[in-house]
Amino acid sequence: MSESLQVPTMAEFMAQGKQPEVVFWVGCAGSFDDRAKKITKAFVKLLNKANVEFAVLGTEESCTGDPAKRSGNEFLFQMQAATNIEVLNGYEVKKIVTACPHCFNTIKNEYPGLGGNYEVMHHTQFLKTLLDEGRLTIEGGKFKGKRITFHDPCYLGRANDVYEAPRDLIKKLEAELVEMKNCRRNGLCCGAGGAQMFKDAEKGDKEINVERTEQALDIKPEIIATGCPFCNTMMTDGVKTKEQEGKVEVMDVAELIANAQDL
Amino acid sequence: MNYLPNILFAIILIAGLGYFSVNVKKLIRNIKLGKSKEVKDNTSLRWKNMINIALGQSKMVRRPISGFLHVIVYVGFVIINIEVLEIIIDGLFGTHRIGLKVLSPAVYGFLIGTFEILALGVLISVIVFWIRRNVIKIKRFLSSEMKGWPKNDGNIILYFEVVLMCLFLIMNATDATFQNLEAGNIISQYIAPLFNGFSETALHTIERTAWWIHIIGILAFLNYLYYSKHLHILLAFPNTYYGRLNPKGQFDNNEAVTKEVQLMMDPNADPFAAPAEGEEVPAKFGASDVQDLSWVSLLNAYTCTECGRCTSECPANQTGKKLSPRKIMMDTRDRLVEVGKNIDANKGEFKDDGKQLLDDYITREELWACTSCNACVEACPVSIDPLSIIMEMRSYLVMEQSAAPIELNNMMTNIENNGAPWPYNQMDRLNWKNE
Repeated sequence: MSESLQVPTMAEFMAQGKQPEVVFWVGCAGSFDDRAKKITKAFVKLLNKANVEFAVLGTEESCTGDPAKRSGNEFLFQMQAATNIEVLNGYEVKKIVTACPHCFNTIKNEYPGLGGNYEVMHHTQFLKTLLDEGRLTIEGGKFKGKRITFHDPCYLGRANDVYEAPRDLIKKLEAELVEMKNCRRNGLCCGAGGAQMFKDAEKGDKEINVERTEQALDIKPEIIATGCPFCNTMMTDGVKTKEQEGKVEVMDVAELIANAQDL
Repeated sequence: MNYLPNILFAIILIAGLGYFSVNVKKLIRNIKLGKSKEVKDNTSLRWKNMINIALGQSKMVRRPISGFLHVIVYVGFVIINIEVLEIIIDGLFGTHRIGLKVLSPAVYGFLIGTFEILALGVLISVIVFWIRRNVIKIKRFLSSEMKGWPKNDGNIILYFEVVLMCLFLIMNATDATFQNLEAGNIISQYIAPLFNGFSETALHTIERTAWWIHIIGILAFLNYLYYSKHLHILLAFPNTYYGRLNPKGQFDNNEAVTKEVQLMMDPNADPFAAPAEGEEVPAKFGASDVQDLSWVSLLNAYTCTECGRCTSECPANQTGKKLSPRKIMMDTRDRLVEVGKNIDANKGEFKDDGKQLLDDYITREELWACTSCNACVEACPVSIDPLSIIMEMRSYLVMEQSAAPIELNNMMTNIENNGAPWPYNQMDRLNWKNE
């Protein structure tokens, strides 16, 4: 199946003297994490299906610096930002889409002050636009009537007030969208943000991802949907901890849509 | 001799307001100890935020029970204070209920009647608040940072309000002229019978006593604010005005670092060049003490009324970690007050006291437990931002002390070397395409 993936790079577009419609910022998780790579591919399949002329930076992409900045290393963050902005501006990139809310937030909000001005979209917003423009159609397919809950990634939701795009997509699947006790602006963190992903949690009486997974399991979903590779890892681990992996799946919204059409 | 009460009143009033203004000056000086930060953008949105959030209580009512009760106390507080105007005029000029001379009995009665209803509302709400804090024991009022003074402070404020409201109603109930007016004594008419059988002189004495204690109590309460969490009744307004407008995920970029990075990336820059004459010495990165925080963060600290909505929404706190965003704000204020006293004691100059906000107040364990999820910022009814303090302090730990947890150091080394937080080669970044 992977042979059919069309993933042109910015360098290739440049060589042909063309500009893509949008740059797909894959992100470190999307490039290297085994689980997140599946999300990346699902999203690419959708882009291919909708005939979107997109490009990736490939080996020219580098960490946005989000975990460095949130750890307190402003210097490393700004070094990363300067390098990435140089590459993006060199290619005269205007529009970026990413499946990682951390990359999304950093490029959208923190790069402009350092000379990087782009239109930045989260992949759920981009997919929503494709649907609205009729370039992509979704049918409920196998998710029709399934109980799906959406876990709001902090850096998409509270940080940037994007709550509806992922939900609109789930509704398009004719699924039954159910909400957790804490949702939207009151959504509970999965525990990965602020560079927590890369360290053990401080001493406490519970892991945050378990707390959040319990909130999700309380409403008995068949699928926990999310829009962030880190939330995905945390919720998947939470479901395993609660020994529910046979019953509850954790999936990215892009995977839901790609799977619905058997892509 | 007739002027004695007026003079006494004037003295008390001037002393009360005078002492308060001395403390307000200190408060402003302490806030200005913070780093300068220009907040002059988007004034119309800032006014709108102040009107909605502080005046309109829009975020308070997100929790319906405490929100509703708070609105009653707040409206009561603001509106009943119109009555203070009359009390001050009466006190200074020896008049009695000057309002009756200016307004028709119907209008005056309507005003006082409204105040009485509100006073009863405040009284009931305050009693419910007391029960929530002391009997029902709602979790957010029981955290470790709420032991001792913070708990007492909360109760003292409630007692003050109970006493002031009771005095107001007693004052009206024992005022024969006012009761005979039969207008506006909506609540006090039911209290008046308690004083049946009292001589006219006794009634008058009670009325005068209540009147005096009421105004003295208000002035005492005003002066109590500076020492209490209750400053929010004033500071909520500037705090919501100066609150952040950017998306919550947008953290400030440090400009000093931007300059350094530009210099590093500039191939023409001379790495051995001496700094130009008069160039500023690069400031320290991040914050280890209150003076390193922005003045907005310090205003935040004075504004915090320790309601604990932030802490109750904090994922780290919910799962038993030491971090409590409310404690971050309380510690910041306590340290700021300590620094302020140090300055007072040393003729206007801060003498190193061997203490700082980091470690002596806020531990590293608390700082590293934060997921930067912004739940605390979202929860605050008056636009306080505990997260920016946490991030400033992390920044100090990493950039000045290289004291990040070891796993984070590994992650950062990976980013430096391979452009990813994990040890993968940057050249393998597109391998997923063919897997």
